[in-house]
Amino acid sequence: MVQPLTRLRETPSQTAGPYVHIGLMPTYAGNPGSVEKEVGTSPITEAAKGERIEITGTVSDGTGWVLRDAMIESWQADAEGLYAGQEGADPGVPGFCRFGAHAETGLWTLSTIKPGTVKLPDGRVQAPHIALWIVARGINIGLMTRIYFEDEEEANAADPVLMRIEQRPRVETLLAKKTGDGAYRFDIRLQGEGETVFLDL
Amino acid sequence: MTDAGRLIPRDRTAHPDPYDPGYKTSVLRSPNQALLSMESTPTEEWGPTFGHDQLGPLDNNLILNWTKGEAPAVGERILVHGHVLDELGKPVPHTLVEVWQANAGGRYRHHKDTYFAPLDPNFGGCGRTITDENGYYQFMTIKPGAYPWPNRGNDWRPAHIHYSIFGHSFGQRLISQMYFEGDPLMRYCPIFHTVKDRGQLDSLVAPLDMTMSRPLDYLTYKFDIVLRGRRQTMFENKPEGL
Ligand SMILES: [Fe+3]
Repeated sequence: MVQPLTRLRETPSQTAGPYVHIGLMPTYAGNPGSVEKEVGTSPITEAAKGERIEITGTVSDGTGWVLRDAMIESWQADAEGLYAGQEGADPGVPGFCRFGAHAETGLWTLSTIKPGTVKLPDGRVQAPHIALWIVARGINIGLMTRIYFEDEEEANAADPVLMRIEQRPRVETLLAKKTGDGAYRFDIRLQGEGETVFLDL
Repeated sequence: MTDAGRLIPRDRTAHPDPYDPGYKTSVLRSPNQALLSMESTPTEEWGPTFGHDQLGPLDNNLILNWTKGEAPAVGERILVHGHVLDELGKPVPHTLVEVWQANAGGRYRHHKDTYFAPLDPNFGGCGRTITDENGYYQFMTIKPGAYPWPNRGNDWRPAHIHYSIFGHSFGQRLISQMYFEGDPLMRYCPIFHTVKDRGQLDSLVAPLDMTMSRPLDYLTYKFDIVLRGRRQTMFENKPEGL
């Protein structure tokens, strides 16, 4: 016999269900005032340093149907690549945001600043990116992915996560397309053709 | 917080499969492709933090928070409490715990919920709290009712409370549901049974905790939550292979 490993197992995930917004985005759900102060209403404050950008997109299922009931969370670094809590991070960039799709169009929008490159402890550098976590009815465990930017070619080419993607055409699914000055488009496909690369870490 | 090491890779066998035909909506909303494996990076090792200054005095009392204390919600009064721990058994202090639920009749305050159980004018169904320095949390609420939902012919959700927990890094993010000891509907619920491991399933069921129940006032249920842990070794943060 061996000594027992006294480890706990992570609590299993369960779907966020169709009513996730009444709990996490009550104003969006039509229940303002449910809690004193909602969290994740914007990833930046007025004082944030860096280029203002707006990312718009959709979340679609395996038939291409655009979801209206997903909730997305984003988490990003400041313009210098530092996360809130790290020494020297821009206090104007809390970095965390929650958003949902428009009830009719299914479009979501994230207004933020473009993050900087993020250094890894071993010296490698991650291209500018925004981490996303997607939950909805029918999603049994939240899906993690990242938004990269198509106009960061050089940094993207050296990004350790993008480099791990064996099927090179799939890299495209993580690149936000530039649609105008400071405007990007990023569509998330949960399944099927053009399926977004989701992360397992 | 300081750099506390890489996240322990997520054990996917602890969780439901994304694709589970018993839960029909998952069929078109689950990836077909394998997920891309990677080690955590600072992106996942850091995360948003929330302080007590963001909480209102009634945020952790769903019996009173919708009416701001004017009138209580209808239902069986309960206290739910427990600890948030990580895989190594360490408490997770100062982390945001958010909950949402149906009212005592099984109806959500949501425009898409058309179940004909009535809305309770005194119940919103949304609350939150922050764990203390020992990872302990508690909140007051009413026991939610079971409700039917369109899936297979006659599917009902057992009574449950939805949970959202942050931990201290974005990679620890977790949403789950708490169930109540003894509810016969658990046996039939395809969402509950997306979790296939018996021990893991049991970990979603909160026991009645009579020692913490208050006579002539409320019953208590205990629900502990385990988040992913982080490795801490002297060999971290060196270039690969060295
Ligand atoms: Fe529910």
